[in-house]
Amino acid sequence: MVDAGKIANADLTGSSAAGLSSDGWRRLGVLAVIAVALVLPWLFSNYHVFQFTLAMIYAIALLGLNLLTGYNGQISLGHGAFFAIGGYTTAILMHRWGVPYYLTIAPAGLLSFAIGVLFGLPALRLEGLYLALVTFSLAVAIPQILKYFDSWTGGSQGILLAKPAAPAWFPVGTDRWHYYLALAILLLVFWAGRNLLRSRTGRALVAIRDHPISAVAMGVNPALYKTMAFGVSALMTGIAGSLAALATAFVAPDSFSPFLSISFIVGSVVGGIATISGAVFGGIFIQFVPNVASDISDAAPWAIYGLFLLAFMYLMPQGIAGTLGELCRRLAAARAATMASRRGPLE
Amino acid sequence: MEQLVQQILSGLATGAVYASLALALVMIYQATESVNFAQGEMAMFSTYIAWSLVQAGLPFWLAFLLTVAVSFLGGVLIERILIRPVEAAPVLSQVIVFIGLLVIFNSTAGWIFTYTVQEFPSPFGDVPLLGDMITSSELGVIGVTLVVLTLLYVFFRFTPLGFAMRAAAQNPGSARLVGIRVGWMLALGWGLAAAVGAVAGIMVAPVLFLDPNMMSGVLLYAFAGALLGGISSPGGAVVGGLIVGVLENLVGTYLIPTELKLTVALAVIIIILVVRPSGLFGTVMVKRV
Repeated sequence: MVDAGKIANADLTGSSAAGLSSDGWRRLGVLAVIAVALVLPWLFSNYHVFQFTLAMIYAIALLGLNLLTGYNGQISLGHGAFFAIGGYTTAILMHRWGVPYYLTIAPAGLLSFAIGVLFGLPALRLEGLYLALVTFSLAVAIPQILKYFDSWTGGSQGILLAKPAAPAWFPVGTDRWHYYLALAILLLVFWAGRNLLRSRTGRALVAIRDHPISAVAMGVNPALYKTMAFGVSALMTGIAGSLAALATAFVAPDSFSPFLSISFIVGSVVGGIATISGAVFGGIFIQFVPNVASDISDAAPWAIYGLFLLAFMYLMPQGIAGTLGELCRRLAAARAATMASRRGPLE
Repeated sequence: MEQLVQQILSGLATGAVYASLALALVMIYQATESVNFAQGEMAMFSTYIAWSLVQAGLPFWLAFLLTVAVSFLGGVLIERILIRPVEAAPVLSQVIVFIGLLVIFNSTAGWIFTYTVQEFPSPFGDVPLLGDMITSSELGVIGVTLVVLTLLYVFFRFTPLGFAMRAAAQNPGSARLVGIRVGWMLALGWGLAAAVGAVAGIMVAPVLFLDPNMMSGVLLYAFAGALLGGISSPGGAVVGGLIVGVLENLVGTYLIPTELKLTVALAVIIIILVVRPSGLFGTVMVKRV
């Protein structure tokens, strides 16, 4: 686990370069990434735009998982289930009751939140591996449950949706519309998530993970925060599931196999488990690395994927975001050292 | 009544396989505090080795012994080469390495042996015994598991090497001080776990038929069994595995349609765990502040 000091993001050295504080640099970086994301769909084909859309959707789901597993220390190997609940809520609302698609995203998130809270209650008694087993069981059970209640879910055939087109006031084409929709919701969820994690709630979550007994002594109510963490995490992942159902215009039990949940935890850890930006790296990883692997070897693509996982964990055990953060800190320290030595003789 | 006894006995046979794999999980867990999610796929790969040897014309038991030996060596090598570099990494990073191993074994087996389902010979035939209560293959599986468990018990209880391995797992620092090479003990543990897994794979293959995804369900049940019994207790893991096997069979026969068998079996296990969070036989962890 990453220690609390790294998460707090408090750059106490206060290093500055070119007149900007490190916080200013970070803000500039985020703005640059957003600018690139806005231009991106005009540079690539519709198919690639669709892939970017999915990567962003995964990033939203991974932020939920990072909040729960990274910041609060509750392992979930079953977040594919909340992704499925979000997706199926949207699909059933649209298919059965003809609800307009943009009104299905919030209910999908809320239902996931409710189920997440309910699931968080028994999870209070379980820790570590036991929680991993219970959540993984949820991931295993979901496809079976979806197939069983086939009058609602369409059984193993799933539900085919009409892919929502771009509205008249924003005529950019269907794929770009879904891209911008996902981007808008991603920014909203990440902004909310960042504020949540930097508030007293975020500190309480980290405190519960690092030292539950001290947290209680400080007046934190672990049961409340842990169930809420489960709920909010499920909310984010459910919203992502809803967006995925809209973007692919299809839901079926087999798209929510336990392997999806495993992909989520892989994306989370490879991206950087207790970071916010790690969710974006993780989303890109689970969307694109399997494709790269099957480009390298048609015969055994997953063997190549496995080798990628081993390589990533050997080279960056803290995940991409963790390693980049470490690198930045070292660079800043080195720069501060040279500045000091340069200034030294004059003073 | 007769059907009930029959279902319980056949549940014990599958439970014996879960118990073996659960024991393999516990052996690695005790030494490293992490669960090897690739254990099932390693066992599947071992089973393919046994299958190839039998196909090449070797007698069954010779193939069996050779496979167990090769698996042991394979387990040692995996620990030395692949696991050692992440010994100091965060737990979740280790989990990702295990998942990486899992997909590598699964994909490589599919590539070498194809995804076609293969029949695997049972060395015990399929003769009904005891007035149709149990078949000879079920009895054979239970017997082999008992032999393996007894051998392991004797090894860990009465041999110097077994003592050294337990010492290395329980207190690596002190073990190193008395001259035990802790790193190699870990590697031996991996080897033993892989060998026990190979036995489990070979025993379950005639029932499930052999394909690269054969062990995924078995691993989940074994994991559930290990946790049910208490992951800190080898004996508990064995009992847990047996309970899971019987439970799975009874739930599937009497309670609900087979499509939901896995779901309900897992739900029952979860309820037991919520009531007893450290498993049935596990010691409750006492935290010092």
